[in-house]
Amino acid sequence: MTALLATEGLTMRFGGVVAVDDVNLSVAERELRCLIGPNGAGKSTFFRCLTGQYRPTAGRILWRGRDITGLEPHAIARLGIGIKTQVPSLFDGLTALEGVTLAVRRKHGEREAKRRAMAALERLGIGELAEAQVGLLAHGQRQLVELATVVAPEPDLIILDEPTAGMSAEETAGTATLIREMNRDHAVIVVEHDMQFIRAIASGITVFHQGRILVEDCAERVLADPRVHDVYLGRPPEARMAVPA
Amino acid sequence: MTEDRRALLQAVLALLAAGFAAWWLPQVLELFAIINATVYVAMALLALSLALVWGFGGILCFGQAAFFGLGGYAYAVAALNLPDTTYAIPIALGVPMLAAAALGYVMFYGKVSDVYMGVITLTVTLILFNFINSTAGDEWRIGAAPLGGFNGIPATPPLNVPGDPGTALAPEQIFVIAVACLGGCYAVCKLVLRSHFGRVVVAIRENELRAALLGYDVRFHKLAIFAIGGLMAGLAGMLFANCVFVSPTMFSLAYSGQVIIWVMVGGVGTLLGPIIGAMLLQALTAWAGTLPEVNPSLILGLVLVVAVLAIPRGLQPTLAALFRRRTP
Ligand SMILES: Nc1ncnc2c1ncn2[C@@H]1O[C@H](COP(=O)(O)OP(=O)(O)OP(=O)(O)O)[C@@H](O)[C@H]1O
Ligand SMILES: [Mg+2]
Repeated sequence: MTALLATEGLTMRFGGVVAVDDVNLSVAERELRCLIGPNGAGKSTFFRCLTGQYRPTAGRILWRGRDITGLEPHAIARLGIGIKTQVPSLFDGLTALEGVTLAVRRKHGEREAKRRAMAALERLGIGELAEAQVGLLAHGQRQLVELATVVAPEPDLIILDEPTAGMSAEETAGTATLIREMNRDHAVIVVEHDMQFIRAIASGITVFHQGRILVEDCAERVLADPRVHDVYLGRPPEARMAVPA
Repeated sequence: MTEDRRALLQAVLALLAAGFAAWWLPQVLELFAIINATVYVAMALLALSLALVWGFGGILCFGQAAFFGLGGYAYAVAALNLPDTTYAIPIALGVPMLAAAALGYVMFYGKVSDVYMGVITLTVTLILFNFINSTAGDEWRIGAAPLGGFNGIPATPPLNVPGDPGTALAPEQIFVIAVACLGGCYAVCKLVLRSHFGRVVVAIRENELRAALLGYDVRFHKLAIFAIGGLMAGLAGMLFANCVFVSPTMFSLAYSGQVIIWVMVGGVGTLLGPIIGAMLLQALTAWAGTLPEVNPSLILGLVLVVAVLAIPRGLQPTLAALFRRRTP
């Protein structure tokens, strides 16, 4: 079976820096994949290549077997790839509802788009923020608004770059639940540093290190792998990454 | 729903106000004043075109006067060559719109950064200005129309009664048409901005990357709004050509700069503000021009500085805020 998304030798160089180095990664339909790795490992750059923000220096990106390398970001989005970027990317001057409505409006009429947008906001527990101007919200709330923007149009592949950064413990737990729910019908790739979170969503893990894939396995084996400990500064990942209970 | 209704109401009100002005002013104004008023309306339309492109499209165009001039010249040249000047209208609108689309294609599909966009629009205006200025010789003519260099085309024929080339429209009638164009364009802008297309344009102004990541073609939407702005500026140029005549000053930096000031003073991100700003500031510069030993440009610059300091958001947002405080 062809993968939903696959990269072949994907490489991204900035001058002398090789941010993404010959990455072969494949994600199946409805798969849930966690991406971890220390700061600067190349996770966000990898996503920028996938979503057309960067044109990779070398390698190919295949969507259901079709080569989509070099397509414009909007063309890639239209295939059914949604991304929550690491730094929230939102329409600050619009209300939460207006922004999320735009996300769905491409596929639906005005009334239906608004209904779906409202449903997405409520699903994330921020229905009361519908009329709030996005630029004035707190960081955690902005993360939730962006999550709603990304999941509302129901893309086949949802990419989440550190979705829970700046969220309260409660919001983080809610997001984990949401990701599991979304995963019933959609493939999800999520970057996280929080081990409780990774355990909660129980998925396959790919470890990035210096632009390359270091290990790729189930959560249990990856977390026990000494190489993974090493790249997280020689300490067990739990100690470095877990949030205090 | 209520927002849509408000937009519709504002559009209808604008048309009513335009209708009233078109009916009443020709009765009370002298001929010279009518012609002057037509110039004001044309300039207000030019301001409206930039208000749309800059305030909503987020594209700061330093060369809006280029499309104004192109509209004027396209009209003059076509009107001199065609038996019925009515047919010059589509040409006067089409040429600046296509020019804007071509320039927009280069800038937006070429992913030119904002700073360079400013430089490019400015340069194109300067090139057009210098080019038109250098067409004084007799070899510079398009059909029956001599381009006339720095003298412009003083013999620009006015619009005639459609289908009756022998009967030119009177200045009062041109004024009515100008007001109808301004009111109509305002209404169209309002409706465009309420449409899905318009919302995407505003979303792109807010965050290009997010709009693209949601599947919207940023380049296309920018090009489209820029071309619509070019068309409206061209229409303004055509109206100007009908009450004055076309000359290279239409392409001048002075005009391009003034429009930016009108929009700033009126309020970037509003439509009515720049229209009012254009009218007020033109009246002010005209008055300053009658004063001995005062440079009108200096006055305009002073007004800009004061406005930026006193009402940084512009006339319309400031007045609207005052009004809202009065009527809770
Ligand atoms: N536009 C750019 N120009 C030059 N270097 C870049 C650029 N973008 C990223 N890099 C470099 O590429 C490497 C990978 O960065 P990236 O942001 O992808 O890492 P990351 O895994 O997302 O890290 P983090 O966990 O901190 O978000 C870093 O060394 C970074 O400095
Ligand atoms: Mg990152």
